[in-house]
Amino acid sequence: MTRRPPPLRPAAKPSEPRGGVRFVAESPWYELFSRGARDWLRHNQKVRQAVRAQIVDLLAEGDFITQPNERTVRVPIRLLDHARFRLADPQKDRGAGQGAAQPGDLLRPASGTTDAGGDEGAGGNESGGFSLQLELKVDDIIDWLIEDLELPELRPTSGATVEDQEIIREGSGRRGIRARLDRRQTIKQALKRRAIQDDPAPFTDDDLRFHQLRPRLRLSSNAVVFCVLDVSMSMTAVERKLAKTFFFLTLSGLRRQYHRIDVRFVAHTTDAWEFPETQFFEVTGSGGTAASSAFRLTLDLLTEHYPASQYNAYLFYASDGENSVDDRAPARTALRALAERMNYIGYVETRPGTTRFSQTDMRSLIGELIDGGAHAGSQLVSDIGDIWQAIRQFFGHEARMETVD
Amino acid sequence: MTDGPIVVTTLPDYAARIEELARKLGMTYNAVDFELVPDRFMMETAVYGLPVRMRHWSFGVRYIRQLVQRNMGHSRIFEVMFPGDPCRAYLVDTNSLAENVLVVAHVLGHADFAHRNVLFQRSMAMMGGKILEQAAARAHRIEAALSEHGQERVEAVLDAALALEAHIDVNRVLHRTPRTAEDQDVPSDGEADPFLLRWRDLPGEKQPAAPEKPASRAIPSHPEYDLLWFIARHGPQLEGWERDVFLAVREESFYFYPVFACQIMNEGWASYWHACLLREADFLPQDLYVSAIKAHSDVVRPLAAGRTLALSVNPYHLGFSMWERIVETKGLDAARRICAEEDDFGFVRNHLDAELAERLDLFVYEADADGSIKVVSRDIHAVREAILAPRFNFGAPRVAATKLDVDGSLTLTHDSDSDGRGLDIDRSERVLDYVARVWRRPVSLHTVDDRGNRVLNARPH
Repeated sequence: MTRRPPPLRPAAKPSEPRGGVRFVAESPWYELFSRGARDWLRHNQKVRQAVRAQIVDLLAEGDFITQPNERTVRVPIRLLDHARFRLADPQKDRGAGQGAAQPGDLLRPASGTTDAGGDEGAGGNESGGFSLQLELKVDDIIDWLIEDLELPELRPTSGATVEDQEIIREGSGRRGIRARLDRRQTIKQALKRRAIQDDPAPFTDDDLRFHQLRPRLRLSSNAVVFCVLDVSMSMTAVERKLAKTFFFLTLSGLRRQYHRIDVRFVAHTTDAWEFPETQFFEVTGSGGTAASSAFRLTLDLLTEHYPASQYNAYLFYASDGENSVDDRAPARTALRALAERMNYIGYVETRPGTTRFSQTDMRSLIGELIDGGAHAGSQLVSDIGDIWQAIRQFFGHEARMETVD
Repeated sequence: MTDGPIVVTTLPDYAARIEELARKLGMTYNAVDFELVPDRFMMETAVYGLPVRMRHWSFGVRYIRQLVQRNMGHSRIFEVMFPGDPCRAYLVDTNSLAENVLVVAHVLGHADFAHRNVLFQRSMAMMGGKILEQAAARAHRIEAALSEHGQERVEAVLDAALALEAHIDVNRVLHRTPRTAEDQDVPSDGEADPFLLRWRDLPGEKQPAAPEKPASRAIPSHPEYDLLWFIARHGPQLEGWERDVFLAVREESFYFYPVFACQIMNEGWASYWHACLLREADFLPQDLYVSAIKAHSDVVRPLAAGRTLALSVNPYHLGFSMWERIVETKGLDAARRICAEEDDFGFVRNHLDAELAERLDLFVYEADADGSIKVVSRDIHAVREAILAPRFNFGAPRVAATKLDVDGSLTLTHDSDSDGRGLDIDRSERVLDYVARVWRRPVSLHTVDDRGNRVLNARPH
């Protein structure tokens, strides 16, 4: 209790000043390293993470999928802001200024877009419009999508085909090119030699060792994907766009999983045809709808070209759900036959603007299939966000399958 | 000079002559280490606030803004100076000799200020003067945590700690004594609180009533404004290295505080002395002197070139004008006493008088939400308060930790009465989010909005 408090000022007079001016040598790394740039890169990394978190919204807005030639999209991004406690913006903000002005002077009129004559403009908002145009690669976006889905690594089917040779490094030897110099082995050789020589040279040609190459066979996993599209009159442009987006994203996902992937495009009205990819989305048919035609064509292609032992097979079907009543029984039969062979059948019903609860023929067919224990799924899709859901569902199904196995 | 002109051409030579002059003029300061650095390094040092500091993405944002500003020609940094023992100062190696001569003189002014001013003295007494080494040690510890615990985790802690950077209690000491019991949080005698003791010693003041023993051992026993300390001390699941990060940020805040609290005085004082030194420096060649004086008038000018009005007050100009007037009217000794005893609040309130404010054309404006800006007053009291308003409480809203529940949840309370309005809700929610992540228990914040009391909540995730 009797201890004296620490004095407010260490001493009445500042302690003896040592003074002195020195110039210290500049550190050489200043030119080589920028901590500002390092942290700016980290910021950008975080921006990308943030973009990634909103990727679905981004997809819904941009229509880069319809322009496959554009390999990048530009997204305006606001700089991330490290939040701090701050008072709410007041109705009227007061500040101190300097210059020839009298109370009552209006320095800037309300919502003035143009600066008044002597206006400094430095006060008020410090945030100052500063935004960042982030260029994102479409491939990156797809990578993120797929990564977010945490797609499983699909296993090759048992009778996987042998594909290209792969070159790997193995062992070391005395011959080789400079680029494959095996430093570790070379130094070992030199050390051994120097240990037994009296007046050794640091290195001799005999010390040199090089990595050797060896070809290796690699197993591949193959898959075939059938994209089946209803091109009857009832499919509108909006529905086609939804279908196309769905196919695009699904394929992008599968392409990452399989080393080699075959894609077959089948369009149908009352009859079915196979198309090359370039024409597939341009096809317009007329008349009614008989889905069974497409299913039968798919089955034919499958049995003819893709033996079950070597190929994983997927069918994705997009339609507005309207199928001719007469076709119900044939379609059911064909679908059942397909389900035997397919790893998965995914059905998206494109119904922009319609209520989600109306049942269509096609959907009840797929429903029967699912109830029968087939690997299938169906999704109603009315906007891009739904497509996301659909992909999540389809691939999620695959993931479960893998873990169950 | 009797021994004929001595030819000096290099900066170190000039610096030595200037320092000789400074001593003759009665300036006292700790040794100053100067370093000539590239422009970019200078900019980074200004952005980070220390020659060496932890990495955090928010510095990257500030850096890029600064870079853009510089490239647009808006800002140029002449000098960065860190008071300590020795002081550390940086000069841009591409600036002209004249500019750097001016900066050397200016830095000596800062060093003189730091050596006299009580806030700087106190800060130095609490944390020592090895600025560079201490900063490097802190940065090193955080870098070690980074390699051990990964960037994500360290960043989460820094997000919270740096967001609360300004939330320290500068009236308390840096190294708060560990307490045996939490209820001693209120100093029971004056021992831990020099202010209370001083108060008691003042003639005519009654003994402050002995603080009542709190009925329960509530934590904190009084609103705790040192949020960084509170979190480091009481965070329910904080790991050792996480506390260390909070305390490192807190230590840096204590170091920054005097610079913040004395900006007008300090910049004014340094400008006053560099002007003095240049005036007396008869060893400078004429052209160098003219260039240096031109640089001086660029720094202390009130208005940007070609402008007749500014919506801000240049602290260099204001401080410089005030010190000139104080020395003129009261003498150098009085000025030095003021320099020792005041911070910007005392300085502006006690020494910016109506006459000077009128001469400097200072005014108060009001910016309406509709975008209009109107001059509202030239009254001296209004002007002083408008200048000082952004400087209250380390420039941050007054937010205190008020309750630590048994389940570990934390309640923060914003003192909206003294701040005059509520918090920016959006930002506060985000800060709360940062805090909840390291507090690892629910955190809530009481403030007000247009409709009355408002409670924000954040949960750990």
